[in-house]
Amino acid sequence: MLLRHTPKEIAERSALTVNPAKTCQPIGAMYAALGIHGCLPHSHGSQGCCAYHRSTLSRHYKEPVMAATSSFTEGSSVFGGQANLVQAIDNIFSVYNPEVIAIHTTCLSETIGDDIPQIAKKALADGKIPEGKHVIHVNTPSYVGSHVTGFAGMTKSMVDYFAVSTGTKCNQVNIIPGYVEPSDMEEIRRIVEMLGVQAVLFPDTSRVLNSPQTGRHEMFPKGGVTVEALKSTGDSMATIALGRLASGPAARALDTKCKVPCEILDLPIGLRKTDVFIDTLRRIAGVSVPESLNVERGQLLDIVTDMHHCFYGKTVGLVGDPDQLISLTEFLVSIDMRPIHVLTGTPGKEFENRIREITRDVPRSVNVRAGGDMFLFHQWVKNDPVDLMMGNTYLKYIARDEDIPFIRFGFPILDRVGHSYFPTVGYRGGMRLLEKILDTLLERQDRDAPEERFELVM
Amino acid sequence: MAVLKSTESKLDLENECLSPDGLKQELLRVYPTKVARKRAKQIVVNKVKEGGGVPEIGANTRTVPGIITQRGCTYAGCKGVVLGPTRDIVNITHGPIGCGFYSWLTRRNQTRLENPKDHQFMTYCFSTDMQDEDIVFGGEKKLRAAIQEAYDIFKPKAISIFATCPVGLIGDDIHAVAREMREKLGINVFGFSCEGYKGVSQSAGHHIANNGLFTHIIGLDDTAPKGKYKMNLLGEYNIGGDAFELDRIFKECGITLVATFSGNSTYDQFSISHTADLNAVMCHRSINYVAEMMEKKFGIPWIKINFIGAEATAKSLRKIAKYFDEPELTERVEEVIAREMPEILRVREEVRRRCEGKTAMLFVGGSRAHHYQELFKEIGMKVIAAGYEFAHRDDYEGRRVLSGLKVDADSRNIEELEVHEDPERYRPRKTTEEIERLRREGFSFKDYEGMMPEMENQTLVIDDISHHETDKLIEAYKPSIFCAGIKEKYVVQKMGIPLKQLHSYDSGGPYAGFKGAVNFYREMDRMVNSKVWSYLKAPWQTNPELSAKYACD
Repeated sequence: MLLRHTPKEIAERSALTVNPAKTCQPIGAMYAALGIHGCLPHSHGSQGCCAYHRSTLSRHYKEPVMAATSSFTEGSSVFGGQANLVQAIDNIFSVYNPEVIAIHTTCLSETIGDDIPQIAKKALADGKIPEGKHVIHVNTPSYVGSHVTGFAGMTKSMVDYFAVSTGTKCNQVNIIPGYVEPSDMEEIRRIVEMLGVQAVLFPDTSRVLNSPQTGRHEMFPKGGVTVEALKSTGDSMATIALGRLASGPAARALDTKCKVPCEILDLPIGLRKTDVFIDTLRRIAGVSVPESLNVERGQLLDIVTDMHHCFYGKTVGLVGDPDQLISLTEFLVSIDMRPIHVLTGTPGKEFENRIREITRDVPRSVNVRAGGDMFLFHQWVKNDPVDLMMGNTYLKYIARDEDIPFIRFGFPILDRVGHSYFPTVGYRGGMRLLEKILDTLLERQDRDAPEERFELVM
Repeated sequence: MAVLKSTESKLDLENECLSPDGLKQELLRVYPTKVARKRAKQIVVNKVKEGGGVPEIGANTRTVPGIITQRGCTYAGCKGVVLGPTRDIVNITHGPIGCGFYSWLTRRNQTRLENPKDHQFMTYCFSTDMQDEDIVFGGEKKLRAAIQEAYDIFKPKAISIFATCPVGLIGDDIHAVAREMREKLGINVFGFSCEGYKGVSQSAGHHIANNGLFTHIIGLDDTAPKGKYKMNLLGEYNIGGDAFELDRIFKECGITLVATFSGNSTYDQFSISHTADLNAVMCHRSINYVAEMMEKKFGIPWIKINFIGAEATAKSLRKIAKYFDEPELTERVEEVIAREMPEILRVREEVRRRCEGKTAMLFVGGSRAHHYQELFKEIGMKVIAAGYEFAHRDDYEGRRVLSGLKVDADSRNIEELEVHEDPERYRPRKTTEEIERLRREGFSFKDYEGMMPEMENQTLVIDDISHHETDKLIEAYKPSIFCAGIKEKYVVQKMGIPLKQLHSYDSGGPYAGFKGAVNFYREMDRMVNSKVWSYLKAPWQTNPELSAKYACD
């Protein structure tokens, strides 16, 4: 047993986190910054932070993840990181020449209280920021929130630094896709284009973290939202934010700063959440939904109705990030599955309220926890086993120990590919999720069926 | 010069900018003046003098901010590298969640239990997950409670605490908490002040880890294991099962491994490790401190060995046998080597036919960039550039430079323990005469000659290589393979060059010992000879001319 020391009996813990279901803010900020075209993320802290984030993102995407660090030493920790950051800015523009340096802080630089805008001002005064180049920042102390709030913070900074209202509205909608995979961002864009809506999608990591093998490494790949496009978000007709936690702050900032009205929706995972997204976009943009999207919707629903017997009543345990889990839980409940353990590491009571509401009619007692860990989740599963689990790669240790079918969903996925190319949002993404669920459940049924009940047609 | 003369190494000596000196200037050209001056010291064109002297290289100095470095932090070196592979200590990261999360199972250290009931905590990540109120009001209370909770649930033999950056800044006294909890719980509890910002790389963390192991565990239990030839293996971390292969070899030779620091290790093995009669050091960089301190306190001599490469493995086994100096052991070692070699040679010859003359670059670690050159040599591949991520000058130039090393402010931050002979347990393993005799016969104790004396002249040696330098180097020399870590992996592969991770071995291994050598030969054969790298251009990209056949329809 890989997690042999996890007891079934649950003892409340007040201080010790075991097997976390979240990580720290800066990695989310780094991921978001990679969704700006020509941007080099910069970690203002010890080298290790940057190395760890780059490593984790590289393992998850199997792609280059370029980012720089202020390389704090004991001296900079005592005297402040200004000299390091000014030098870093100078070196980055001299050597790598990005359009934007997107700085995020760390627990180190936050604890000593480095003032990034002041340091950036100093760099500008010293002539270290070339004409037309940008330095933006977000405060991401690692002892607050999680990787998701770090992503939200950097996304909001894109608004704070770039969005301008020229007074002339332009015929476009802002779409903030949330902390989702590059494949999901691509899919959201595809749906928007099918509706014929002009949109700015930010951040946009597609064609950055799922770039093709060409024999050339592009330091700044083709993808990413451009600074020009970010500036224009202040003139858009409206903003649709997907994922309240990851995208809400940026959408509200645009409203406050540039008076761009916003709709903050759940991530379009599953049939009904995708319906809401498309319906909202249709109404805001004043367009009609093309038949091709109706077909996709119908195909998704067709799988649900055809295979309902496989979904009905199956219990599920879910670990992941709040925005994803809210929509995923809703999707599973909507097809009569029963999510009975739902846990995120990201703190916030709102999550628990939402999941309670969504699972209100599930005819089982449901465990919900925000700010929990996978140790607790494992204990739940030991006490009340499930038919299926969905979560990041770390869940495979529980899956093996408890012999429970498992689908990789969320961050990080370190042992499989696909998530950067194939979406889980939209109708097509819903179809992919159902295919995964069916494959996993039926594979298990085939494995375990007595010979006389081994079925050819399922 | 041999390497550059090779017709198959694709190097063009006639072209000025491709000469190592020309390339060095090219690498430096884009840097601001001060940076270029600093980097110039860390980029050296190798030249081995008579007697093994090599040019001086800048190493173990601060990384230039913003340069895009491979390096990580002190915490990573301490918790991740040295203490990570020990299975039965509950390692609590005291800090915000990230540090613990990122170092959770990501290094591929394998471990194998002797008894299914044994403790195995490596699959767990323990953290105090500090929140802002802990930063403001101090985190000692939470740490104390976390240790208590860990004890209540897991009942481990030992609990260790790893400080992350903010811990040092807010002044949490992890050592006081450790002392207090040790008293309270009656188990060993100890702390490592391995805040990420200490030192200039992971290397500082290795030193801090070594100090902690030595102070808190080594020598706690005098129960000596049975065995005639007892040694510790230091600086071997069981990535991809390396230590398992070495265990197998030692068993066959009749050598008793008391402890490995720290691949596949346990707390109890560390506790009795001072009963061994020899310390054999693999990764000099990460563990030489323990070897030095054990020699001073307990009288255990240390020697440098290397089990990467079949010839190196044979040589190292012979060196160990010579140390113990018993015909019985020597004979058995020769038998094992004779038994293992035919299969190795068979595969080597087969692979060599396809790999001969191909080129490699290694930029990794604190010993691997050196050790793996052995394996490349065995299959006829040329190492044209190499460097370490976090090593010191002695790892490049040999320990001969140690006496002249200046201790800078960053190194002075890391405590240098004062170690004395243990009044009861110090026991010289060899008489002065025996040592002298071995020396006369060419046996070297506590010596490491470093990487550069073994590299060809005119090869490039680059310390703490940046992304920019990596990019230029590959563009200029187009190596057949590049060896580094996960951050570099997909960058280099996007350039159409396969990258082998030598920290984690990708998903492969073991590469140590005899079976490891065979695995590595085959892996290199797969990587440098695969057709998958030949599909980069689509047919219409190679032949873009149009046929008008359908155009007029």
